Amino acid sequence: MRTIFRNAHVCDPSQGIDKIADVVVDEGKVLAITEDSTPYDVGSCEVIDCSGLVLTPGLIDLHVHLREPGYEYKEDVASGTAAAVAGGFSAVCCMPNTDPPLDEPSVIRGLLKRVEEVGVARVYPVAAITKGLQPEGLTEMSALKEAGAVAVTDDAYPLQSAEVLRRGMEYAAQLGLTVMTHCEDKSLTRDACMNEGLTATIMGLRGMPSVAEEVQVARNCLMSLYTGCRLHILHVSTAGAVRIIRWAKEKGAPVTAETCPHYFALTDEACMGYNTSAKMNPPLRTQQDCDAIIEGLLDGTIDAIATDHAPHASHEKAQEFALAPFGIVGLETAFAVSYTELVSTGKMSLSALVDKMSCQPAKVLALPGGTLRPGSPADIALFDPNRRWTVRAGEFRSKSRNTPFEGWELQGKPVLTMVGGKAVYRHGM
Amino acid sequence: MLTDLITLRETEPEDIRLLLDTAQSFKEILERPVKKVPTLRGRQVVTLFYEASTRTRVSFENAAKIMSADTTSVAAASSSVQKGESLLDTARNLRAMRIDCLVMRHPQSGAAHLVAQALDIPVVNAGDGMHEHPTQALLDMLTIRQHKGRLEGLTVAIVGDITHSRVARSNLWGLTKMGAKVRFVAPATLLPRDVHRLPVEVYTDLREGIEGADVVMALRLQQERMERGLLPSLREYSQRWGVNAKALEVTKPDCIVMHPGPMNRGVEIADDVADSGRSVILEQVTNGVAIRMAVLYHLLGGEASA
Repeated sequence: MRTIFRNAHVCDPSQGIDKIADVVVDEGKVLAITEDSTPYDVGSCEVIDCSGLVLTPGLIDLHVHLREPGYEYKEDVASGTAAAVAGGFSAVCCMPNTDPPLDEPSVIRGLLKRVEEVGVARVYPVAAITKGLQPEGLTEMSALKEAGAVAVTDDAYPLQSAEVLRRGMEYAAQLGLTVMTHCEDKSLTRDACMNEGLTATIMGLRGMPSVAEEVQVARNCLMSLYTGCRLHILHVSTAGAVRIIRWAKEKGAPVTAETCPHYFALTDEACMGYNTSAKMNPPLRTQQDCDAIIEGLLDGTIDAIATDHAPHASHEKAQEFALAPFGIVGLETAFAVSYTELVSTGKMSLSALVDKMSCQPAKVLALPGGTLRPGSPADIALFDPNRRWTVRAGEFRSKSRNTPFEGWELQGKPVLTMVGGKAVYRHGM
Repeated sequence: MLTDLITLRETEPEDIRLLLDTAQSFKEILERPVKKVPTLRGRQVVTLFYEASTRTRVSFENAAKIMSADTTSVAAASSSVQKGESLLDTARNLRAMRIDCLVMRHPQSGAAHLVAQALDIPVVNAGDGMHEHPTQALLDMLTIRQHKGRLEGLTVAIVGDITHSRVARSNLWGLTKMGAKVRFVAPATLLPRDVHRLPVEVYTDLREGIEGADVVMALRLQQERMERGLLPSLREYSQRWGVNAKALEVTKPDCIVMHPGPMNRGVEIADDVADSGRSVILEQVTNGVAIRMAVLYHLLGGEASA
């Protein structure tokens, strides 16, 4: 069936489009972006009035924990992709720290079969760089790629050995795979549970110093320069990391980077009161770090905004702060938090935000999507940029409720998400 | 109005003053031959300790008993904690037995806060990880006030393992709220990050740090700090940061010396100080009972209605 989005504010940075227009979708693909869609309005055709709404390529999240297989009580393919499309995401990359981990082709295939059965968004698996995410040996990356893995990573189990990283990068590079790394020198973060600084000192908690992240960002960037392997730095949280990545890019290293909305919207003070919904790794830092991250987004040092959506059950978070697991959910708040903090404040244009959340993520891993160019799959997000709403975790599609944004009043609401021409999420539309 | 006692950082100065004044008036009861008043008769106080403690636990239990409350003590080693029960479930189960007050010590910072949020009865923090130990700071302040007649304008130097010390944190907030000046004196590896941004003067040199002080408080040094590579040896620590008679020459002549116990004699404090006329260490222990009586009294609202 044909769908016509009429009179939308079409924002597609991949084509430099930022204007009022109609978008015609036919047979799962974008057919046309036009001033006047009347000629297309023939036969059985749904026409959606998009006055006052923003239409963009579907958002793409480079960093999601779907928790399946193994931790389905936290999230699964059905709930995780439902949360994704409710947040305007048409595609997500899922991380391998499942049980069993995504370190064998059969596990990847099993996951993709589940996606076919119950998923409503596109899912791109990221495989483990080492077997069992332990430093013992490299995974069969060639077979993993054939099975559908789009990259490899050490997320949640940052590689401590530079030798293992080096060989992993050399091996991945020959296959054209990007290595995504969680940067953390674990010798500096033993037993630590939040950012090291004034707040941790007041709360009597062991802190993770910013330098623990930065030494690995530096090491990994150097290794990217040395091996020529494409490197994607996950969840950048410190000003120092931004500076190092900026330097590495200047040197011509094939490095990209992402941050998450919480790293520019919140500081470690959100942990006050032992709020485990503000506990994640890397931890929330300081206002100077938030400012540097926004600057890094604006000057292109940081390519993408991802969520690091990391669901945990309520009983796991209702613990002593140091014992609670790291991670927060983010799929259903990412766009609105970013819009509110960056676009509404005038720090960033709407098209720059769409670039960071759709076009650039597609580019980082050479994924389909991130564009509305005629002929491409109709992965589309529709937002009401003026809608103010209050975050209520109880209303999330995700199985988990661990958000630090509970009760926040945000601006910008996803109202419709389309994947391959099919409207998989509608909110009052 | 006090509903829990979790931190001194979040306790109003007038409440601190009230607790000190009440404890001062209760001290007389401790000197009676029959140490019993009916004030908290019929009230049930539970002490829930997840860490070893002699002083604090006995102090709380005696305080409750002197006020005629009934006490039950739960030690983590013998409880369902061993069976994997969460802290919140343990606390909720105790509350379901209709207890009136929970006194708890826990190795994790924030544990008392977590429980206090979940329970509708007063919760007293008897030490949570590296966070706070409010009744210790109150008894320290009571002891200082008895000797100096005031807290305002005094200089109190706290010497030792600041990073890991809940005693240092509670004293910092309590003393500064009462108008005293606080100094932290420690080797750089035992000072927490951004400590300079707290209302405190920070020193790594003992002599400079205690010069002109009215009070010197030595903190316990754990053997574990050497194992974690934070200090080279006990010998070097005691030579540079150990509080001894020689070091005290630079303080005010009437400077008193305190220690929250248990002491490592010869490490953070020398015998020639611990057993000297300047030491008020055992008075601190006596005052601890009075302070805990005052805390229970104000949290449980005095006489139980019939």
